[in-house]
Amino acid sequence: MSYVSRDTMLLTTPFHSRVEAMCDLNDWGNWMGYTTPNAYFDVELEYFAVRSTTGVFDLSPMNKYRVTGPDAQRYLDRLITRDVSKIGVDRVGYAIWCDDNGQVMDDGTIFRLGEQDYRICSYQRADDWFAWNTLGFDVTIENESESIAGLAVQGPTSCTVLTLLGCTDLNQLKPFGIAHYSFEGRPLMVSRTGFTGDLGYEVWVPPESAEALWDQLFELGRDYLIKPIGSYALELARIEAGFLQANVDFMPAEEVVRVGRTRSPFELGLGWLVDFKKPLFNGRSALLKEQQQGSRYRFAMLDVEGNKPAEHSFILKGDKQVGTVTSAAWCPTAKANIAYAQIEMPHGAVGDELVAEIYYQRELHWTRLLAPCKVIDAPIFKSPKRWQTPAPPH
Amino acid sequence: MNQYDAIVIGAGHNGLTNGAYLAKAGLKVAVLERNPYIGGATVSRELHKGWWYSNCSYVSSLLRPEITRDLELPRHGLQVVSFGGGATFTRNGDYFGNYSDHDRHYREMARHSKRDANAYDRYAADTSLQTKLIRPYLMRTPPDPTSMRPRDLRDLLEFARSFMDLGEEKLLDTIKFWTASVGDYLNEYFETDAIKAHMAGSGIIGTALGVYSPGTAYVLLHHYMGDVDGNVGAWGFARGGMGAIADALSKAFQSYGGEVICDANVDEIIVKNGRAAGVALKDGTEYKAPIVVSNLDPKRTFLDITNPSDLPKDVLKKARNFKIRGSSGKLNIALDGLPVFHGLDPRNRLMAGDLHFSDSLERQERAYDDWKAGTWSKDPYLDMMIPSLTDPTMAPPGKHMMSVFVQYAPPKVEGREWTDEDKDGFEKSVIDQISNYSPNFRDLILHCETRTPREIEAEVGLTEGNIFMGELTFDQLLFNRPFPGYAQYRSPIKGMYMCSSGTHPGGGVMAAPGANAAREILADLKKPNTVPGGYADD
Ligand SMILES: Cc1cc2nc3c(=O)[nH]c(=O)nc-3n(C[C@H](O)[C@H](O)[C@H](O)COP(=O)(O)OP(=O)(O)OC[C@H]3O[C@@H](n4cnc5c(N)ncnc54)[C@H](O)[C@@H]3O)c2cc1C
Repeated sequence: MSYVSRDTMLLTTPFHSRVEAMCDLNDWGNWMGYTTPNAYFDVELEYFAVRSTTGVFDLSPMNKYRVTGPDAQRYLDRLITRDVSKIGVDRVGYAIWCDDNGQVMDDGTIFRLGEQDYRICSYQRADDWFAWNTLGFDVTIENESESIAGLAVQGPTSCTVLTLLGCTDLNQLKPFGIAHYSFEGRPLMVSRTGFTGDLGYEVWVPPESAEALWDQLFELGRDYLIKPIGSYALELARIEAGFLQANVDFMPAEEVVRVGRTRSPFELGLGWLVDFKKPLFNGRSALLKEQQQGSRYRFAMLDVEGNKPAEHSFILKGDKQVGTVTSAAWCPTAKANIAYAQIEMPHGAVGDELVAEIYYQRELHWTRLLAPCKVIDAPIFKSPKRWQTPAPPH
Repeated sequence: MNQYDAIVIGAGHNGLTNGAYLAKAGLKVAVLERNPYIGGATVSRELHKGWWYSNCSYVSSLLRPEITRDLELPRHGLQVVSFGGGATFTRNGDYFGNYSDHDRHYREMARHSKRDANAYDRYAADTSLQTKLIRPYLMRTPPDPTSMRPRDLRDLLEFARSFMDLGEEKLLDTIKFWTASVGDYLNEYFETDAIKAHMAGSGIIGTALGVYSPGTAYVLLHHYMGDVDGNVGAWGFARGGMGAIADALSKAFQSYGGEVICDANVDEIIVKNGRAAGVALKDGTEYKAPIVVSNLDPKRTFLDITNPSDLPKDVLKKARNFKIRGSSGKLNIALDGLPVFHGLDPRNRLMAGDLHFSDSLERQERAYDDWKAGTWSKDPYLDMMIPSLTDPTMAPPGKHMMSVFVQYAPPKVEGREWTDEDKDGFEKSVIDQISNYSPNFRDLILHCETRTPREIEAEVGLTEGNIFMGELTFDQLLFNRPFPGYAQYRSPIKGMYMCSSGTHPGGGVMAAPGANAAREILADLKKPNTVPGGYADD
C-alpha cells in the first residue's frame, strides 16, 4: 500500500515512454499539466538540431478544438480577427482572437480540414470562450486535445525524414499546407507549420499511433541526424525566429486582474491579422476606435548591443523609462542579441534608438549595464528554407 | 583600369575580413587570390563526389562574434553549428569522455578519479582567469611598449593594471602560466593520464613543441579563447565546411562593393619613392593602389613578395628569424559508414566531438621526439572529428566524412624534402593508429586526402605548413607579433600593411587580425572607423 496519494501527479503525453527513454538529463517541466522535458541531452545541441538537421518536439499538450457544422466558417469569422474565408481547405492560418474590448486572448493556428470543418490549435485552454461564442451559430465545438498526439518535426532534413516515413511528395507541400497520409492503418496528418522559423512540419496522429510514430521517425531519421528537443531549445529558436508566446510576451486578456495589463493586436505588432473588412468580429469596434485614436503601446524587436541578453530589462529613452522586455536571448545562429519589448507610444518605431537597462550577475556580483539598442523591422533569423517549395533535402 | 584605393593580397579569411572593412568605409578594394578558389586555410572542397572536406581548418571556435554580427555573416549564409564534447580512447579498451554538461562531466571524470573530478573546478577557474586576461586584447591593436604615443601609453597602463589587479599570488601564477609547459600545468591539477592527455592536446596543436616544452600552456589558452562567456554557439562546425566562412565573408565584402579576383598570383609589391604603389602579378598584370595589405605570412610578405632593397635590414633579419616551423598534417577521409570504436556506444553523442588516441602525456611527448628527429610521429597525436554527425551536408546520408588533424609532421623529412613515399608512410601511421581502436575503420575508407606540410605549403601558401602562420609562443605574441616594433599592422613601407594570422592576435579562424589591421589603415587614412570593438568580457 502506498502512503501517498498520486492524485496530483502531472499527466504524461502519449509519447511519454519514448520521451522518457531519451531524456538523458532527466530535466522535466510542467507544461499545461503535462510532464514535458525542459532538455533531453544538451540545450545547445538540441537547438542546433533544429537549425542543422531535425529536431522533434512533443507538442501533444497543445489545446485542440474541432469546429464543425454549417456555420463553422461564420463562427470563426466572428471569433477571430482575420478573414477566415481566405484559408482554403487543407491550409493553415495563423490567427489571434480578442475579447470584446479588442484585447488579445490567445494566438493559435486554424487548420481547415473541410468546407465547414476546422481545428483550432491554441496555447491556452478556450473551452469556455469558444462555447459562449457559439450563441446564434449552428456549430459544434469538440475538445480534441487528448485524442490527437502531435510532434513538431523541424529542421533542414525534416522533409526528407518524413518522406521516408511514407509522406509521399511532401516536398511539394507549400508552407501552411496540410497533407493526409495513413500510418499503420490510422490517419496521419502533416502540416507545414512550426514555431522555429526553419523548414518544418507538425505531425498529428491518434494517441494509439504515438509510440510507433516516434520509434519509426527516430529509426528512419538516424542517418539524417534526428534529435529530440525540449522546451528550452524551442524557446531559443522561437525568439530568434520572431514568434510571440502567450503568458510571456502578452497576458491572455481573460486572466488579467490589473487594469491596463492586456494588449491589443496592434500593441503586439499583429495588426496585420485584423481585417476590418469583416462587418463583425469580437473586439472590432474597440479595435477600430484604437486604430483611429492610437495605441498605448508598441511591440518592438530590439537589436541590443553587446552580448548580454536583456532579460527582464527596462527600456529607456534618455532618462525616461518607456518600456519593458518580455523575451530576450543571445541568438546562436544569427549571432545577435535580441529582445522583444513593450514600448510606450510614441516610442519604439522602427529605427528608434533606445537603451536597455540590463542587470546580470557574475559570481554573486550584480552589474548594471546600459546597452544601446535599436528597433528592427523583422526577425533577425530568416531561413530561406522555410519558404522554399519544393522543400530542400537538407 | 586596374586602379584601386586598396589591394589585399590573398583571399584567406583575414584578407577578406580586411577587405570588407575597408570597402565598408567606402574604399574601392580588390582582393587578389593566387588560387582559383578563395578561403586559403578556411576552405571546403568536394574532392570525392558527394563528400565535402574542410581541407585545412575544421572547427570554428575563435571566429569573433562581433565580426560575424557586424558583417552580417549569417545573412550571407554562414551557419555555425555546435557539437559537444569529445573523448580520448585508452589502450585498455576504455575511454575518457569530455561532456559539455558540468554534472555529466563530473561523473565521467569521477569514474577515472574522484580527485581529478573535483580538481577540475579549480582548473577551470584558474584557466578562465588567464583567458579573461588576454581576451580583451583580441579585437585591439597591441600597444607598442617603446612608444610614447598617448594611445600606446594608455593601453600599456591598462594592460599592466589588469595584471597588477590580480594580487601577488595570482600574478605569480600568471607569470608561471605564460611560461609553463602544458604538461607541468596539468600535472598540478590531475593524476589520471588519459584526462591529462585529453586536455594537453590543445596545448600542442599547430605548434612545433611538445607537451613538456615551456610556453605550451599558453597555446592551450589560445584554443579556449573563443568560448565567449557562456554564449551558445561559439564553438562548432561551419555548416557546409569551413569554406562557408570564407564564402560569407566574400559576400559581405562584395556587398560593400569589393571585388575578388582569383588566379591572381602576386609576384611583387610595387614600391615607389618609399611608398606602396600597387602589385605586379607573375603574369605581368599590374594593379595600382596607394594601400597594399598582405594576407600572407610574415616570411612570405617580407622575403618573397617584397623587394629586399625596399626594406630595412632589420626587418629582413626579423622576418628571416621568425619562427614558423611546420608541425602538423591532415587526413580528410570519405567513409562508407560510421566507424565503431572500442568501448564507446556509436550512438553516444561524444562521437560527434573531438576524438583522440593518445592516452598519456608521455605518448604525446614521444610523438614530439619523432618530430625533433626529423620524421613524422610513428604514434601520432590525432585530433579526429566526424563533422557529418552534425552537418548533414558534408556526406551522403548514412555515409561520413572524417577530419584527422595530425601532430607531428616536420616541414622537412630528415632535412630533405617530403617524397610521395614519405607521404604514404605518414598516412599509414595515422590509419594504423585509428584501426587499432576501430575494427571496421579501414574497410570503410572510400577516399583519403593526405596533406603533409609539403602540400599545405604548396596549396595554401603557409610557409613550412605552419597552420598558425608563426608559432604562438610569448616571443611571437602581442607586441612581439610578428616582430617587435611592427605589431601594429604597419610595415616599414608607407602604405603597406599586414593582416594575416602572423599578426596579433595570431592564428586560427578568428578574423581579428584582418579587422584590427583595417582599423589601423582607416585611422592612417583619417577615415571613420568601421570595425566594431570587442564585447565587454565579465
Ligand atoms: C591543417 C590545418 C588545420 C587547421 N585547423 C584549424 C581549426 O580547426 N580551427 C581554427 O580556427 N584554425 C585552424 N587552422 C588555422 C587557420 O586555418 C589559419 O590560421 C587561418 O585560416 C589563416 O587565415 P589567414 O587569412 O590569415 O591566411 P590564409 O588562409 O593562409 O590565407 C592566405 C591566402 O593568401 C593566398 N596567397 C598566398 N600567396 C599568394 C600570392 N603570392 N598572391 C596571391 N595570393 C596568395 C593563399 O592562397 C591564401 O588564400 C588550421 C590550419 C591548417 C593548415
